[in-house]
Amino acid sequence: MRLLFGSCFTLLIAAALGLGATWFTLTRGVAFGALTIGAWKAWPKSGSADIDPYARAMVARTGELPTGMGDGVAFYARTDDAGKAFDGRCTFSIGGMTPTARYWTVTLYTPEGRLVANTIDRHGFTSEEIVRDNDGRFTITVAPLARPGNWLPTGGIEQFVLVWRLYDTAIGVATRTTKEGPMPAIERKGC
Amino acid sequence: MVRGLLWILAAVLLGGIVHLSTVLAMPQAAKQDAYSRLAQLTPVNAMVPLAATKAGAEIMPFMDPAFAAAVCRYDLSGGPLKLTAPVSQAYTSVTFYTRRSVAFYAINDRAAGRRMIELDLMTAAQHAQVPEDEEVTAADRLIIESPTTMGLIVLRALAPEPGLMPMARQALAAATCRIQSQ
Repeated sequence: MRLLFGSCFTLLIAAALGLGATWFTLTRGVAFGALTIGAWKAWPKSGSADIDPYARAMVARTGELPTGMGDGVAFYARTDDAGKAFDGRCTFSIGGMTPTARYWTVTLYTPEGRLVANTIDRHGFTSEEIVRDNDGRFTITVAPLARPGNWLPTGGIEQFVLVWRLYDTAIGVATRTTKEGPMPAIERKGC
Repeated sequence: MVRGLLWILAAVLLGGIVHLSTVLAMPQAAKQDAYSRLAQLTPVNAMVPLAATKAGAEIMPFMDPAFAAAVCRYDLSGGPLKLTAPVSQAYTSVTFYTRRSVAFYAINDRAAGRRMIELDLMTAAQHAQVPEDEEVTAADRLIIESPTTMGLIVLRALAPEPGLMPMARQALAAATCRIQSQ
């Protein structure tokens, strides 16, 4: 009797622990070998045959196609530089340097990777279309309501993700320091 | 007491095995992976342009809306595949994915170094059958080995600004992928 109870208990706990850990790692996006620059994180290896099993499982579950290593690198940000989670009802200012790349794009998504509908059909910017000042610098304002300059609308959604993609760039697996790859600063301006 | 601890230890170990095996099995078990999504929209061994990435009509999550994309869902069981893609004015890239969404090879227009991206895709077995002299004479032939018989080729062309999207789509429309007769 005691043996039966013990093994049932063990199996239940094992199933709960194992499935719980799988669910947790795949929904939270736990992947190894992240390249972190400020609030930005990239997984260059996920775009190659060396992709780790967690990233493989995550990609299969979400249905996305990772950016190939010979194509470019995608940096994801879910928080501002202070580590506070993005809130689509607040205003954020993004600006500064970008690593050397032939082109870059920045796109705003829901946490599930969908675009946010808005009246001006604006989901991001490319390096070519962004408005720069005389020094070649740019500032993007991520906000729910219209702003002058480079306005990226949030649609007022609760959480969002920014993806900065660098195409034809030397940034990758070998990049170690922030000096090699300066990424734009993200500052919260108010709600 | 000791017995209870042993049961807990067994549970943790078993839980770890459950966790690792479910993570490893996920790519095989996933029903909504990129290949399955595209299988409903694209024929086999033909280059098909994808509808523009618009809010509410995304085929896959985290697609770059600044790009026009075309997909060739390949099956190499009938022989090697030849891909030709004209280079657009801005930036064009080709990424090869296995049936389980692993990006095993990617190249951009500048690395391909020509006005036209031309690649041969084949399995390791088919590559072994290519006569050696042929490979030498066709030195500019770029041969890619696919680790799986089936997979996806995704061609992407950048529209640096929204007004250039028709140009990017036009460049992709001329791309082809077809099985070579052996």
